[in-house]
Amino acid sequence: MHEMSLCEGVLQVLQTEAKKQGFNKVKAVWLEIGDLSSVEPEAMLFSFDVVTRNSLADGATLNIINVPGQAWCMQCAKNVAVKQRFDECPECAGYQLQVTAGDEMKIKELEVE
Amino acid sequence: MCTVCGCSEGESRIEDANNKHHHENSHDHEQHDHEHHDHSHKAHEHHYGHGPAHAHAPGMSQARMVQIEQDILGKNNEYANANRSVFSEKGILALNLVSSPGSGKTTLLTRTLQDLKDEMALSVIEGDQETSQDADRIRATGVPAIQINTGKGCHLDAHQVGHAFEHLAPAEASVLMIENVGNLVCPAAFDLGEAHKVAILSVTEGEDKPIKYPDMFYAADLLLLNKIDLLPYLNFDVDKCIEYAQRVNPRIQILQVSASSGEGMSDWYQWIRLAHQTRLIGHQKLNKTEKTTEMI
Repeated sequence: MHEMSLCEGVLQVLQTEAKKQGFNKVKAVWLEIGDLSSVEPEAMLFSFDVVTRNSLADGATLNIINVPGQAWCMQCAKNVAVKQRFDECPECAGYQLQVTAGDEMKIKELEVE
Repeated sequence: MCTVCGCSEGESRIEDANNKHHHENSHDHEQHDHEHHDHSHKAHEHHYGHGPAHAHAPGMSQARMVQIEQDILGKNNEYANANRSVFSEKGILALNLVSSPGSGKTTLLTRTLQDLKDEMALSVIEGDQETSQDADRIRATGVPAIQINTGKGCHLDAHQVGHAFEHLAPAEASVLMIENVGNLVCPAAFDLGEAHKVAILSVTEGEDKPIKYPDMFYAADLLLLNKIDLLPYLNFDVDKCIEYAQRVNPRIQILQVSASSGEGMSDWYQWIRLAHQTRLIGHQKLNKTEKTTEMI
């Protein structure tokens, strides 16, 4: 989707945190990206490099932690694995699913100096 | 620039009161750090992150680990929440209209404004990549409108909408329509502080749009299936389309309308009235005003 905008969002968070937590350089960033977040990890890696150039995160390593999609099936009354938003329930083939995990787009932790 | 759809920040413009463009980012000092991005493509280094040789074990140097657990869109969400609380305080119902280009969004909007402007106070924030043609079409109806040009950006963000709102200064207890950039992908993720996203899909587009672009239909509360006057000339399967939309989003409400023939539009207007009433119920300052008591 709009990985470049998202990376700019990441950089903004890094800049705010740098002031708050008193660091000058970011060496590594861990992101949690869910399967259902419509973020393309490859595009994210590419954009991150471009966006962070000449910033406090120049040359930082971007690590993407994948979070598998999960949904609550109302028919089966339990959590089931899904790959896309419109997947049917793998057990009852129903569509009454409520996504419970996998739509994350989160900055989890940083390695800083 | 975005590798997928061409987004970039730093180029958006909002009309000022005299309809002249000014640079929105003059208000936003944090954005200035990003200005080097446009040049960085020159190097053509398509490396996808750095290899393990660059890895540093935490604790081995002066490096330290910081847990932050923050949403990537946190900044946008902060602006969106600020917008939401202003809308709520002023009793304004904000609707975010989203669709692909050519779904008849502006036609639907101008007809809606024509038909409802004597009944309730309305205003419009128009988002397009370039030109103020849509805002001009809206203003021709007599409803106040302001144009945001996103430049290379493919969606409106909450920060732009916040500024446009300040310039537009809509009346209390009014309805604010935000017409997003024609795009079924990016606007889904950017909360603007609206009460509802309203997706518009026209029957000339193909019934499988809801599953091709699931995020948008998942994010929307209402789907307006537009141009239904053209159904006799098309192979569009309405039932299939509704089934797909509900598969992606079981709680979505679907109305079939035609902005040109007017068919089904009264249902849409009733939906707006009810949403507006819901916004005003229990509002300490506004629920006793004349505007609201005479509405339904």
